[in-house]
Amino acid sequence: MRRVVITGMGVFASTGKDRESFFANLLQARSAVRRITQFDPSALSVQIAAEVADYSPADYFPPKRLDLLDRFSQFGLLAASEAMKSSGIEFRDEERPRFGVVTGSGMGGASTFDSGYFNLYAKQATRLHPFTIPKIMHNAATSQICMEYGAQGPSLTTATACSSSGHAIGQAFHLIKFGIADVMLAGGSDAPITYGMIRSWESVRVLASGDGDPSRACRPFSADREGLVIGEGAAMLLLEELEHAQQRGAKIYAEVAGYGMSSDASHITQLSVEGPARAIRMALQEAQVNPGDVDYINAHGTGTRLNDATETQVIKEVFKEHAWKLAISSTKSMHGHTMGATGAIELVATVMAIERGMIPPTANYTRPDPGCDLDYVPNQARESPVRVAVSNSFAFGGLNAVLLIRRFE
Amino acid sequence: MDVTQKVIEIIAREQHLDSSKVTLDATFAELGIDSLDGVNILFALEEEFKLDIPDSVAQNMKSVRQVVDSLTRVLEGQDISDLVAMAKDASPATGS
Repeated sequence: MRRVVITGMGVFASTGKDRESFFANLLQARSAVRRITQFDPSALSVQIAAEVADYSPADYFPPKRLDLLDRFSQFGLLAASEAMKSSGIEFRDEERPRFGVVTGSGMGGASTFDSGYFNLYAKQATRLHPFTIPKIMHNAATSQICMEYGAQGPSLTTATACSSSGHAIGQAFHLIKFGIADVMLAGGSDAPITYGMIRSWESVRVLASGDGDPSRACRPFSADREGLVIGEGAAMLLLEELEHAQQRGAKIYAEVAGYGMSSDASHITQLSVEGPARAIRMALQEAQVNPGDVDYINAHGTGTRLNDATETQVIKEVFKEHAWKLAISSTKSMHGHTMGATGAIELVATVMAIERGMIPPTANYTRPDPGCDLDYVPNQARESPVRVAVSNSFAFGGLNAVLLIRRFE
Repeated sequence: MDVTQKVIEIIAREQHLDSSKVTLDATFAELGIDSLDGVNILFALEEEFKLDIPDSVAQNMKSVRQVVDSLTRVLEGQDISDLVAMAKDASPATGS
């Protein structure tokens, strides 16, 4: 059976515009959540988000290119750029049909939608800009990345809300494993911090208000948690068939060993225990890993009352007594919930934890909740070897994606 | 207002080109204007001149001069039926 390894990684997020600064900030438990600056949030009851700060697109893209790039595509291209550079990969023309791109996005070109509809409804515009469609479509980032790197192989976009990039990476893994492609760039990007989008989330009543200190707003698994914080950004990983990677002497960061997916088929927003548990078991089974061999879980850990308590139950259900021994953390406490990008951003954190033997903490943890009684690596990064790690993504809509990563040996 | 000057200004702005490169005789192909760029330029012209350019007329705009001529006629409220007839004879503009 073909094995699949990770040979490149890139991040462009609120907690860091490259993977080194991203991971360094996570280890320092530094949250990027702050008052929203992309628009005036004064009218909102929730005025905070994990924004990519000090970002000027013109610093990264020529004007003609930028005309066609929504913010989520920009982030996707920037993360892809770091991933491709770090891999050192080059393609001959005949290899390009075996190189594809799968990226996830929950919200697509949200800011283009927002400004377009504002012009249409509020300003009574009679026509919209002709670039609206090519900018808002969910596959815009995937297609832009394909064009940038000449990826002519199997390429697609996943839109499964918060699981989008977990699914994207999982599908890319299987495309290589089952011989459809040799190299895949996979990840996710989202830029959902718009007035309309925050208003929509606000009314679901799952957002933390961040009264007082915004950076402390997201407190996953903590007894005083009060909700999630919306974030933005992107992460991309280069997945490669093992022999292909070895032949070109690539640096191997880790191995993708298992991928589980499932559907709760029960409730549109409330996650179940059984669905996510099945996805984790499926990933363990594919990797032929025993539950007791897992050292670290990068949790979905949104910081809502419901998610964190249910996810804790899921982990106990699958791992039994080992649930109390493994390390669990939610880096969403720092980079926020980046929707379709979150699975990929968290997978980079997971791979770097394996690579460095350092587990990023759950920031802003204050006190134990009786419903969340496992080891969440509170507030302080932990030096600990990680051989096998699991990254959870559970989405609104009940579509779950779980990735199992193994140290390459 | 000089229509020619305005058209050149808009094409240069939308294509991020120096306006000296946008001569009256330049074709869209020479200026690197593809089908999507073309609709973007049409949108900018419609916004600027506050008018609607019918698809049938738009299909004939493949050079700066054609843009200026067609636009001038639309602006002057001239009969554009011959332009429309030409468009009907022409091959479909999609993808070109």
